[in-house]
Amino acid sequence: MNRTKGDEEEYWNSSKFKAFTFDDEDDELSQLKESKRAVNSLRDFVDDDDDDDLERVSWTGEPVGSISWSIKETAGTSGSAPEGREQLKGRNSFYTQLPKPTSTYSLSSFFKGRTRPGSFQSLSDALSDTPPKSYAPELGRPKGEYRVCSLERFRSLQDKLQLLEEAVSMHDGNVITAVLIFLKRTLSKEILFRELEVRQVALRHFIHFLKETGDQKLLLDLFRFLDRTEELALTHYREHLNIQDPEKRKEFLKTCIGLPFSAEDSAHVQDHYTLLERQIIIEANDRHLESAGQTEIFRKHPRKASILNMPLVTTLFYACFYHYTESEGTFSSPINLKKTFKIPDKQYVLTALAARAKLRAWNDVDALFTTKNWLGYTKKRAPIGFHRVVEILHKNSAPVQILQDYVNLVEDVDTKLNLATKLKCHDVVIDTCRDLKDRQQLLAYRSKVDKGSVEEEKIDAILNSSQIRWKN
Amino acid sequence: MAFPHRLDAPELPDFSMLKRLARDQLIYLLEQLPGKKDLFIEADLMSPLDRIANVSILKQHEVDKLYKVENKPALSSNEQLCFLVRPRIKNMRYIANLVNADKLAGRFRKYKVILTPQKFYACEMVLEEEGVYGDVSCDEWAFSLLPLDVDLLSMELPEFFRDYFLEGDQRWINTVAQALHLLSTLYGPFPNCYGIGRCAKMSYDLWRKLEEEEDSETKGRRPEIGHIFLLDRDMDFVTALCSQVVYEGLVDDTFRIKCGSVDFGPEVTSSDKSLKVLLNAEDKVFNEIRNEHFSNVFGFLSQKARNLQAQYDRRRGMDIKQMKNFVSQELKGLKQEHRLLSLHIGACESIMKKKTKQDFQELIKTEHALLEGFNIRESTSYIEEHIDRQVSPIESLRLMCLLSITENGLIPKDYRSLKTQYLQSYGPEHLLTFSNLRRAGLLTEQAPGDTLTAVENKVSKLVTDKAADTRWNLAQISSPGKITDAFSSLAKRSNFRAISKKLNLIPRVDGEYDLKVPRDMAYVFSGAYVPLSCRIIEQVLERRSWQGLDEVVRLLNCSEFAFTDMAKEDKASSESLRLILVVFLGGCTFSEISALRFLGREKGYRFIFLTTAITNSARLMEAMSEVKA
Repeated sequence: MNRTKGDEEEYWNSSKFKAFTFDDEDDELSQLKESKRAVNSLRDFVDDDDDDDLERVSWTGEPVGSISWSIKETAGTSGSAPEGREQLKGRNSFYTQLPKPTSTYSLSSFFKGRTRPGSFQSLSDALSDTPPKSYAPELGRPKGEYRVCSLERFRSLQDKLQLLEEAVSMHDGNVITAVLIFLKRTLSKEILFRELEVRQVALRHFIHFLKETGDQKLLLDLFRFLDRTEELALTHYREHLNIQDPEKRKEFLKTCIGLPFSAEDSAHVQDHYTLLERQIIIEANDRHLESAGQTEIFRKHPRKASILNMPLVTTLFYACFYHYTESEGTFSSPINLKKTFKIPDKQYVLTALAARAKLRAWNDVDALFTTKNWLGYTKKRAPIGFHRVVEILHKNSAPVQILQDYVNLVEDVDTKLNLATKLKCHDVVIDTCRDLKDRQQLLAYRSKVDKGSVEEEKIDAILNSSQIRWKN
Repeated sequence: MAFPHRLDAPELPDFSMLKRLARDQLIYLLEQLPGKKDLFIEADLMSPLDRIANVSILKQHEVDKLYKVENKPALSSNEQLCFLVRPRIKNMRYIANLVNADKLAGRFRKYKVILTPQKFYACEMVLEEEGVYGDVSCDEWAFSLLPLDVDLLSMELPEFFRDYFLEGDQRWINTVAQALHLLSTLYGPFPNCYGIGRCAKMSYDLWRKLEEEEDSETKGRRPEIGHIFLLDRDMDFVTALCSQVVYEGLVDDTFRIKCGSVDFGPEVTSSDKSLKVLLNAEDKVFNEIRNEHFSNVFGFLSQKARNLQAQYDRRRGMDIKQMKNFVSQELKGLKQEHRLLSLHIGACESIMKKKTKQDFQELIKTEHALLEGFNIRESTSYIEEHIDRQVSPIESLRLMCLLSITENGLIPKDYRSLKTQYLQSYGPEHLLTFSNLRRAGLLTEQAPGDTLTAVENKVSKLVTDKAADTRWNLAQISSPGKITDAFSSLAKRSNFRAISKKLNLIPRVDGEYDLKVPRDMAYVFSGAYVPLSCRIIEQVLERRSWQGLDEVVRLLNCSEFAFTDMAKEDKASSESLRLILVVFLGGCTFSEISALRFLGREKGYRFIFLTTAITNSARLMEAMSEVKA
């Protein structure tokens, strides 16, 4: 660690710094704040000094003279970049002590001096009229020399397969792929597929090669041949990602519906199609409404993005936001979406709640949780737990009166008290303490409310009440 | 706090040599195209390149302008173009298109492509197919080892993970073998080799073959590094999927450390600018907190701030001469420290804010429950709610994977319902992501009635004995079709629970786990879990072999791929025998690095890390995701 590094090292490693100002808003980190204060108090002292020992930093924070910085420069002005200040130090040549940096394992190496008995030996013998090195790509010569690979001599199927097996046994994926490319060129599809089927390592390389080169047709043929129906279906389905036009994408998805997915995925693909179909209709409709400027909701809350290709939950949120009151008959109504896609109650309520709270439509929020029993009494129920409801309402900055109602509905008393305290729902805290007959806690809370406030009065009234039998 | 290295800790080899080597090779290649030229660099290579060279070096070798390789027509008017890219098909197509466009316009230029770290045959095939082979000269720049820190070498190949562990493509195995070969040439042979995993075994074999072939000068050299340990990422997905809570890991999870440096945004720098900061042992403040549990970091930083204050305060009451001394000798150091301190305090604050917002406490609680295997129902509904509320898609996916691996797959009912909700929340196209995760064994569904029956037990034992990495091999043995599927799903059982028991990964806690004075590697996960990968390494080093670990190896489905290789004549010095190179194939996390650094301090070893890339849970999930954000 105490090795001396060159200037170069120091240049690259020294870090940059900007003057430190602090914001006081966080009260959870007293320890940190303290350190910050200490550091901060030193600022003037430090900043007075000139900063010429700092390296120059461009506006993006990249050190001037760095390559990333320079590329951004070219992109901008294409002016010439300022020189970095590091000079190339004398080129230290350790090539002498170094290995020949060559020797990538290549096809050639396994022909070179092979001693393995058996037919393969004879194979290389048959090739001995040319120097062995020229059979294969010489990968890894930094000198830039590169000899073209010629595998053309491997003409019999047996030779080809042996070549492949040899490549596989060497573990080098590049060599395996090189052989596969040759086999692809010189064997019929059926023969190639048949042979790959019993050679899984080679097969995986071939599949990856086809994926990378985008040879979709051959890939699908291969999966068909292998009877890998699910992969076939998924590979076909994957193509929709490359189609931008929504109509075309929809049409493409339609062709996916009949594909041999698993039963489960079949349903998902069907839903994908239906969803996009709906989105296209909703989008056209709403764009029209919005531009007509007659609808209040669109005027008040202009759409930020198109609904096309959004997930179902986002679509539901959108519907709850813009089309909440629509009857079930329209495609854009939330209820219609819920039924079509069998959205679970929980998910529906969460989403609707978030959307209506965002619009501050508290009546709708109320209605979401209100149920009537057969006697006509109303009762509040939530499939997600009222503490979650409170959390979402709070995130959407609901007023205390609203929050209060829902905090009161939280079943677990401790959770309720915590939430109420955190959200400053004084009435709930006070009432709960009273119900718990917890005089001590109420006393403690008294110090937290404003002096002379209604809350304080209320607490005092309760504390002075003779009707309560306090437990402490 | 901030444990110093033991006095007897062995000295690390000097890896800066690797940087100079790479730079010299690049210069050599640039000189192969004499005269002025414009250089096109692939985005992913910019940061690694920045670590070994800079603009003036490039200029000295007649690079005129620099461009980023992107899908836009090149504006360059230079007569010579040079491309510095990863060997990827899409890069080759881009170059071919550019050359063909020139041809069409009747323009004649010289083109050179430098592929790094190596050429692939498929890339040149593209040039050939596009009819530009011969118009373009192709070179290879074997830049495969970037020292990110004094004890950390990265190959900067994040794609290794997907290529190998998802697609089963072995293209990078040769690159790994080459890198190991280079290390052994520079730093002497490794007398003791251990490894586990199929990829580890293949890389090792290929590396050995290279060494035999060269049969070179290395033979006589004294080894500098006594041990090497190769480990496949799929031996331990669990650790990589956990939220990180040591400082460096947390910084990585929150801000993404890229190639050893991080972009701190305005919320950290408390200014309107972002700042790119190198994070390594040179940063004195960072070096002391990087391996600490986050809860210790505050205390440390405030202590540090107080000390700093005291040192500044000393200037009061100094006479002129003392002041002069102070300014010339200490001030610069203090200023530097002050800067670093401010930055890390800012980073901590920003992390705290973000974590408080996302209910980190509850998240960690769920993770710990999953690791220990209790309250599975509760954790499942926590994950469900995560999905329903459309909290980050990557996070939801990560939790599902953690549930799957720790539980040997999800029960079918849960799998179906979570998947459906996931698709509804984040988009139906994630169907493809789920298919990928299943193939990689990260998110699977228990076969119906998968509480191992006696028969299955027998079969599974037979299977694991016969062909350990059944994931690949079984397919070869059995005929394709349904049976294969059944078998391979069986083979992919992660057996996490059993392994965890066997290796004691969940420490028994009596009382509070003191994170300030860690007693074991579990501190990197708040005392809840010892990283499996690190535990394996610890156990093997202790035994100097796999002996007595047969059951663990079997549970890891790796009977064929756990190996030991010891040199017969031991020329290694006792110092070198305490240096251990750990090679992570498929990436390692900062938490693992911290855990092993801790182990090193306890045992008097020093670890050197070589990884295909630094990873974390988000990177793993993104690698599996079919839908690019």
